[in-house]
Amino acid sequence: MRRAAPLLKPQDTDAVRRLLENRNFLGFIFMLPGSVLLLLFLTYPLGLGTWLGFTDTKVGRAGQFVGLDNYQFLLGDAVARLSLFNTLFYTIVASSVKFALGLWLAILLNQNIPFKSAIRAVVLLPFIVPTALSAIAFWWIYDAQFSVVSWALMKMGLIHSYIDFLGDPWMARMSTIIANIWRGVPFVAICLLAGLQTIPPSLYEAASIDGAKPSQQFWYVTLPLLTPIIAVVMTFSVLFTFTDFQLIYVLTRGGPLNATHLMATLSFQRAIPGGALGEGAALATAMIPFLLAAILFSYFGLQRRAWQQGGSDK
Amino acid sequence: MSNIDRRNFLKMTAGLAAGAAAGDVLAAAKKEAAAVPALHLKPEKGAKLRVLRWKQFVQGDGDLWLANTKKFTEKTGIEVRLDAEGWEDVRPKAAVAANIGSGPDIIISTFEDAHQYPDKLVDVSDVCNYLGAKYGGWYDAAKAYGMDKGKWVAVPQGCAGNAIVYRESQVKAAGFSSFPKDTDGFLKLMQALKAKGTPGGFALGNATGDGNCWCHSLLWAFGGKLVDEKNNVAINSPETIKALEYAKELYKTFIPGTLSWLDPNNNKAFLGGDLSLTYNGISIYYAAKNSTDPKLKAMAEDIQHAHFPIGPVGHPTELHLFFPMMIFKYSKYPNAAKEYLRFMMEKEQYEPWQQAANGYVTQPLKAYESNPIWTVDPKNTPYRDAMKIMIPNGYAGTMGYASAAAMADFIVVNMVAEAASGSKTPKEAAEAAEKRAQRYYKV
Repeated sequence: MRRAAPLLKPQDTDAVRRLLENRNFLGFIFMLPGSVLLLLFLTYPLGLGTWLGFTDTKVGRAGQFVGLDNYQFLLGDAVARLSLFNTLFYTIVASSVKFALGLWLAILLNQNIPFKSAIRAVVLLPFIVPTALSAIAFWWIYDAQFSVVSWALMKMGLIHSYIDFLGDPWMARMSTIIANIWRGVPFVAICLLAGLQTIPPSLYEAASIDGAKPSQQFWYVTLPLLTPIIAVVMTFSVLFTFTDFQLIYVLTRGGPLNATHLMATLSFQRAIPGGALGEGAALATAMIPFLLAAILFSYFGLQRRAWQQGGSDK
Repeated sequence: MSNIDRRNFLKMTAGLAAGAAAGDVLAAAKKEAAAVPALHLKPEKGAKLRVLRWKQFVQGDGDLWLANTKKFTEKTGIEVRLDAEGWEDVRPKAAVAANIGSGPDIIISTFEDAHQYPDKLVDVSDVCNYLGAKYGGWYDAAKAYGMDKGKWVAVPQGCAGNAIVYRESQVKAAGFSSFPKDTDGFLKLMQALKAKGTPGGFALGNATGDGNCWCHSLLWAFGGKLVDEKNNVAINSPETIKALEYAKELYKTFIPGTLSWLDPNNNKAFLGGDLSLTYNGISIYYAAKNSTDPKLKAMAEDIQHAHFPIGPVGHPTELHLFFPMMIFKYSKYPNAAKEYLRFMMEKEQYEPWQQAANGYVTQPLKAYESNPIWTVDPKNTPYRDAMKIMIPNGYAGTMGYASAAAMADFIVVNMVAEAASGSKTPKEAAEAAEKRAQRYYKV
């Protein structure tokens, strides 16, 4: 019987052991799987998308490098400019309302109310339902002929014709924003609720001993201590809203008259059904600076330690 | 027999005449069929096929296509995996398959996909020439969609014909004993329907199928076109303005909310009883006829179909949703794939399939005009001619990347919607469309 040769010779195992005791090497090894995943599935597609934006690649045909041609065209394209306006309007209005409603809901849920946990679970429902499904529900709610809202209002004698929720440009913008808010509020509310619960009750006690009114407690205790959570939550909320796709795709496909086309939906329309991969990629890449700006604002603007600790910014 | 009135008599005789004519075609087809030698394609040993098709709108279509596929497997031993996806999702998938060189062996997609990447597709001239010779030849539109530079790059499957779907009782109540054939008469009918409180309406939202079909048909009816024969953008023309002015008048007669309509909306509104007239496939009638709801069954009795009205150009200008069947060059079994397509297009499979689909798909081969499905129920007949009279997308230019992109970007639909709703004047709408089209048609 032959003995299998040991995999490592004694001097080698020493070397390996020494290597494994090296913190830097060990750290590198542990981080490798994660980094590979990130590089493969995040950095590479992002890089490829950015590169495609500088080419005239068509679906089924390799492209040539065309520099800033796509961006130049998009600047001059009325539909692309409209989609930028729509996206900004959609994001700003929906995010502000989601923040206000979410904070309000979080503060309400933080009070001692009966059936607290049941209510908290129910609040999360809109967030749990898949977007495509809730979008289809909204599509029926907003239907020009079958809208339950219009029907109810008609029966009550409040209106005399069905509301054209998705057929008028401004009505359509507001209707899609309301659907987005409905879906987004729970996320903001639950996260802020978690934040509220980390604030030590002793601070409120101290504030009330000092004679602070509830509004003062909110402004000088709750808000400053909640700011780090607000920064994170609102960053995510803005990112989700800015890149929204499913809701618009189901409700309007960007219509009527392109009034609800967001950059994400127009990018898809141009790149995939339209075949202009390069142009679609450019449009998608054009979203990145806005997203970066939102992230930078929240990190540098809202996470100021000095302000949170009651000092003033220099 | 005593209660045959004049109308029914006319219908019967018309049916007889059509039947006689069909019989001639059939006889001719039979004669030819005998003369055409069988096509001997040699499927590769151990071949397996993956087929991706658009998901059926009417159940019978999906069921029988699958049954025919099973029959093919039984006869040849070639396994076929058949997948179906929503028709709008097939085009991007086909594009990706073409791009990366991997995917289903056969993709049954829409419109001018075969012209977007003809060099990635297997030449199917042998199959198409054989089928054409055997079954009375291909319609011109089928040739336009299926052929690139003199060779066939796709086997036409047919088209989902659109027609005006209307409630006969409501059209009669509006004072029209017969359906108007021209655009002027049609506008008067729509105005009368509106006055009676039973309006019609066409989709003006970003509805890929219905919106594109009727807006192009309307534009062409007045002589407007996105591009001329040399693919120069020609949309900003007096003819287009006339079409848009007409659209503006027509829009005033529409049921409220059409600007938001996507493809399913008109079906829902019509079957809900809110809509007296729209432009659609035979699927509305199919749904009503096969419903168990007595109200819908009664509606089916009242449903009639007519061709899109003819405009000042004096000939039909209909656009329909066309389906090309493409074999990709990356397929390891091109011969088996060809054999599959040949098998599915043969009369034994194709006609029963059309019947199961209740005429949802109109044939690209002339001999199938005689399929009894078109005459067994006279309401089906207008859909029979969809391939015969249709004008291909990209008219009057050539099909390819630009025509597909212009349609996908809703240039014509948006233009009509802008002018109709009054958000832009016809002139402004045409100018905006011109600017957008120039991007895609720049050389």
